[in-house]
Amino acid sequence: MPKDSGIGASTKRREDVRFLTGTGNYTDDININGQTYAWFIRSDVAHGTINSIDASAAEAMDGVLKVFTSADFAEAGGIPCGWQVTDRHGDPMQEPKHPILAEGKVRHVGDPIAVVVAETPEQARDAAEAVEIDIDELEAVIDMKAAVAEGATKVHDDLTSNLCYDWGFVEENREAVDEAIKSAAHVTTLELVNNRLIANPMEPRVAVGDYNRAGDEHTLYTTSQNPHVIRLLMGAFVLSIPEHKLRVVAPDVGGGFGAKIYHYAEEAFVTFAAKVLNRPVKWTCSRSEAFISDAHGRDHVTKIELAMDENHKFTAVRTDTYANMGAYLSTFAPSVPTWLHGTLMAGNYTTPLIYVNVKAVFTNTVPVDAYRGAGRPEATFQLERVIDKAARELGLDPVELRRKNFIQPDQFPYDTPVAVSYDTGNYDATMDKALEVSDYAGFEARRAESEGRGKLRGIGIAHYIEACGIAPSNLVGQLGARAGLYESATVRVNATGSISVFTGSHSHGQGHETTFAQVVSEMIGVDASQIDIVHGDTSKVPMGMGTYGSRSIAVGGSAMVRATEKIINKAKKIASHLMEASEADIELKDGQFSVAGTDKSVAWADVTLAAYVPHNYPLEEIEPGLEESAFYDPANFTYPSGAYICEVEVDPETGEVDMLNFTAADDFGNVINPMIVEGQVHGGLAQGIGQAMMESCVYDEDGQLLSGSFMDYTMPRADDMPMMNVDHSCQTPCTHNPLGVKGCGEAGAIGSPPAVVNAVIDALHRAGHKVEHIDMPVSPARVWKAMHG
Amino acid sequence: MTKVTMTINGKPRSGNAEGRTLLSSFLRDELGLTGTHVGCDTSQCGACVVHVDGKAVKSCTMFALEADGAQVDTIEGQADADGTLNVIQQAFQDYHGLQCGFCTPGMVMSAAALLKENPKPTEAEIRHYLEGNICRCTGYHNIVRAILAASGQDVPAVAAE
Repeated sequence: MPKDSGIGASTKRREDVRFLTGTGNYTDDININGQTYAWFIRSDVAHGTINSIDASAAEAMDGVLKVFTSADFAEAGGIPCGWQVTDRHGDPMQEPKHPILAEGKVRHVGDPIAVVVAETPEQARDAAEAVEIDIDELEAVIDMKAAVAEGATKVHDDLTSNLCYDWGFVEENREAVDEAIKSAAHVTTLELVNNRLIANPMEPRVAVGDYNRAGDEHTLYTTSQNPHVIRLLMGAFVLSIPEHKLRVVAPDVGGGFGAKIYHYAEEAFVTFAAKVLNRPVKWTCSRSEAFISDAHGRDHVTKIELAMDENHKFTAVRTDTYANMGAYLSTFAPSVPTWLHGTLMAGNYTTPLIYVNVKAVFTNTVPVDAYRGAGRPEATFQLERVIDKAARELGLDPVELRRKNFIQPDQFPYDTPVAVSYDTGNYDATMDKALEVSDYAGFEARRAESEGRGKLRGIGIAHYIEACGIAPSNLVGQLGARAGLYESATVRVNATGSISVFTGSHSHGQGHETTFAQVVSEMIGVDASQIDIVHGDTSKVPMGMGTYGSRSIAVGGSAMVRATEKIINKAKKIASHLMEASEADIELKDGQFSVAGTDKSVAWADVTLAAYVPHNYPLEEIEPGLEESAFYDPANFTYPSGAYICEVEVDPETGEVDMLNFTAADDFGNVINPMIVEGQVHGGLAQGIGQAMMESCVYDEDGQLLSGSFMDYTMPRADDMPMMNVDHSCQTPCTHNPLGVKGCGEAGAIGSPPAVVNAVIDALHRAGHKVEHIDMPVSPARVWKAMHG
Repeated sequence: MTKVTMTINGKPRSGNAEGRTLLSSFLRDELGLTGTHVGCDTSQCGACVVHVDGKAVKSCTMFALEADGAQVDTIEGQADADGTLNVIQQAFQDYHGLQCGFCTPGMVMSAAALLKENPKPTEAEIRHYLEGNICRCTGYHNIVRAILAASGQDVPAVAAE
């Protein structure tokens, strides 16, 4: 029987009620008395020198309070980058200044130049038209390989070149890998592009700055996945506001997918301008503006070589990747193609020798940073595509070639040659499950049926692993992270027994208010309705790192468990006093404390009341009150894995690909709320299928974004998606966190793109088209050209 | 500025609008009905869908002045006065048809319009009807299931329950 409450129950989400009735509180729903409106004037060229900015006419217009330019930010710092990558020669990456407003030059379409603040949004927008900006356009560098060629125009004059870093991993293995490839029985080589994407959470970014002159206190309401990170970066590095004078609130946030992790110029602007004007300042991003100001994702160009011995055991992997950083370094950008990508190049396999080279490149494009999966989809796509190609070259079954090289259950913990140690997993189990659920054995009959209708049917398989639960602070510190990546929780038990949990994790669609309450309910035995989850406000929750990298339940949940354990320990002491029994004999079950082997018991609420009304209380031993905090720093990453299978039909006349069905068999370890986990996988799959089939961010050679709106950038819609078979019954619990959980948010986006492309290639091969690869998105034009062209 | 009056969720409401004020802005900024969301500026995403005189309309594609005198229904008026969710809202909760909630008001209003036109839509009809509503969180799987459930039809047990 499925559970109806606590851990493992598909509890309906409590947050849904406000979202379904239009009573959510998103940042754009916040309006403060006396509020003014900011309108950003952005560069419409990709690269240029700013000769002059004349705002005099605009400042004379009705309702205009001030036009800001970089001159107003002379005292402010640049927007900081959160990671420092050291290149293969031991040198630090090149790190250009990222000003709040452009200083002298613009470096991408969308680079902010000036900001009008006015009494109404319309006045600000009208006045922006009257700001005269004279720019000499310069040659733009868009293509990564051209950007690092000798004599290329530089994005930043003060850097030596457009190369941010040239990273080798593991550098000591370089020669051994070269040797293994040279002496291999078979080498499969594949060149591919991991297409540039735009996260496009449905809620565009919004920032509202407020300032209280009497207390010199700043408040920033912002669409963030991690309000404390914004407070730290903006307070310490950009505006020099001490933390106790700066409150950052991220209320209901309408999706993030990575794009709302980073500290953006607009947040610093409204915070700064609110003080200058002594008025609240609001900025609401339009979708068109989001396309040229939200950090983009992916954008890797890669060559991968997979070497095998005569028994088809993988002996070495070598990759060579160009990774686009865009014009400036966004908060996490340098870590994505390196530590979130190179460390996953072992995949699920026992490959003993791996060398990953990554050249990170500046171009005149929007900054690129982590997007759902971040580095791990890029690693998975390369591996799972090259393995499929190898199987085809050698006439092997792609399932069997994977199985032959899987790390086996008795090999865990397994140290990969790329610095990470997998704690647990069972890859044959997830493969078996996916084959079963997808009725892999019945494919041929379905293919024949499609053929009868003139359609080419193909089946594609991918097996992925990801490193989640980011991250052990001491490890990432050595790797260049400039922050800790623990998580925090405070559990406050109220006098009458209800509980408020304050978590550093942030929910922007994941349903933490429901899931986290299920965990505490299970541990204490009080009904979940008595437990409230508070997040997203630095004035309420302890310093936390927020939500990204599938870390909330694995790291944030673990902090909450530790804090709840402290609560239970203290409550047991109080209970033992009340029942005049030994503390060791106290048991807690279903919200009732009892003395083992007796009929003595006291209720949870009796104990909590005693904690706050300590008339009969062991005051000489413990303090009154019942509130505990914990900070949890994980011992290792978690390693979710899974097998994905999909079937497509290709129309041989048009090249159109129809996604027929998708099966995901994931191992997330223990699962708190199966309904929510399945929803996370559905959403991840949609984004991965979107990447593989339709999404693509396209720049022309002058740096104009051709895919700059929902008219041009193809988002998956309801009739693009199939029903999805999602299974999470294969569970090898994480060995190093208290809940045995691994995280599920990114899996779908990581495992699905190679499955889709493998299916398309399979369909074409079965029809006699010897096509080795089609870059994503597998648009009708590309597929048709591959068949006929 | 022109005074505009419309009946919103059964109650007369008035406010001021410029000629260029969109119905979506009028609802959100002038009347404080922030349940209607704006997710794009090209009439693609459908987060702003409301009903005007019984028809589903993207409120970002209509000027407030054009709705003068109209009957307008928004997400705020969908539940009963005592807060009980209507059958579509309840199905969205039961089938986990929402995550971040931002597209949800538009999805619910579009679903209501669909079921009014076609009380027993097929899965394909639902997917086709939602062409103008983008969701980035759910992959549409559970939205489709919720609408099937709201229409009183069997919901495919494709996903493990």
